[in-house]
Amino acid sequence: MRVAELANPSRFLRAASLTIPWLGGATVLLFAIAIYRAVLAPDDYQQGATVKIMFLHVPSAWLGMLCWALMTVAALGTLVWRHPLADVAAKAAAPLGAAFTLLCLVTGSLWGRPEWGTYWVWDARLTSELILFLLYLGVIALWRTVEDTSRAARAVAILTLVGAVDLPIIKFSVDWWNTLHQGASVFRLGGSTIHPTILVPLLLMAAAFTLLFVTLLLAAMRNEILRRRVRTLRLLQASAVG
Amino acid sequence: MTPLSALLVRDMRIAVRVGGGALIGVLFFLVVVTLTPFAIGPDLALLKRIGPAILWLAALLASLLALDRLFASDHEDGSLDLIVTGRAPLELVVAAKGLAHWLTTAVPLVIAAPLLGLFLGIDEGAQAGVVLTLLVGTPALTFIGLIGAAIAVTLRRGGLLVAIIVLPLTVPVLIFGVAAANAAVAGPVPFGTPFTVLCALTLASLVIGPFAAAAALRLDSE
Repeated sequence: MRVAELANPSRFLRAASLTIPWLGGATVLLFAIAIYRAVLAPDDYQQGATVKIMFLHVPSAWLGMLCWALMTVAALGTLVWRHPLADVAAKAAAPLGAAFTLLCLVTGSLWGRPEWGTYWVWDARLTSELILFLLYLGVIALWRTVEDTSRAARAVAILTLVGAVDLPIIKFSVDWWNTLHQGASVFRLGGSTIHPTILVPLLLMAAAFTLLFVTLLLAAMRNEILRRRVRTLRLLQASAVG
Repeated sequence: MTPLSALLVRDMRIAVRVGGGALIGVLFFLVVVTLTPFAIGPDLALLKRIGPAILWLAALLASLLALDRLFASDHEDGSLDLIVTGRAPLELVVAAKGLAHWLTTAVPLVIAAPLLGLFLGIDEGAQAGVVLTLLVGTPALTFIGLIGAAIAVTLRRGGLLVAIIVLPLTVPVLIFGVAAANAAVAGPVPFGTPFTVLCALTLASLVIGPFAAAAALRLDSE
């Protein structure tokens, strides 16, 4: 089956129910390996055991941004190509992105208490991450305000495209302004500055988070399609009675 | 008169007549700034330090006040359909409406700012700088707000949601606006650095705002 054929919601549903169990299994397996490696990873000489918070913090921060990037592509899909599944993906992704961003903020603030001596500072990266979270909440609120799905989809798509401006600000905030948050250390010119004993579990964890995201996204998209069908059937039923 | 200037004049007339929102914004601005010393106490040294921030925050909230009605009222009486189907490019039409909105709501506020700056203990020498940041920064607020106003047409109701959507997007303008105003009042950072970034943000939103708002209006009228 070609990828383009998945645009048909029924084909997508069939493909999703085939792949979701496998993806779920792979997620559990990868999480088992990643958590095992993360627990065995040595403590940092300065941070002690709190460095382990990073195994949750860093992947959820990446996923929070990846999710908005995906929503941006979906927004283009809605506005430009009128892809039937684009707005389904955008709607399913928003709560996931909000959850990952919240997880990133909470773990970061729990780590910040012992390491920086404070739960929160108004520093460039923390602030832009908070704005990303607020944008996610705005998108979810917009979905919940407009009853007509295709109208909501177009309004959300425009908001998503405008909000995408925040992504580069988050990514480069640590380079543009002097901040408390550390600079890029995993992906940078000249190689990573993190020791492999920590880097390998971190990347495993990021892979596990990504698989989790894909699994949840597919499941949420499936639910959304089914929810829309239920709604259409109910409307048909109501109009037949009346 | 070209369609664009006719629309500009029409919008400004509507704004200053009964039921228009032209002076509500500046009144709101006055009230918010007046309330602040009641909330934090009449300590002039403290007011002087946070004065630019208060002025900017009040200006930001005031510019949002009449915004959700910008396209919604035209939508209700049907004139929006005529405007969208008209021959003038929709992006320019939207920009003209934004300009009319800025002239009627933000300019009075910029004119009132020196008086309120006096209340907040900002020196005469620094006044010009603070007012200049507001003059340059408020178009960015209006034109980012255009996007929310256009989305509000889709919403039918829920004007408050517009504020929730628009406010996070205005954060960069607020940051650099307040930074430039603070630099004018207290230093030590040179005024030019944050001020040029503020100018850049305004120029960018002058482009992005009309295009995004026009896209939202066009999609809604399909």
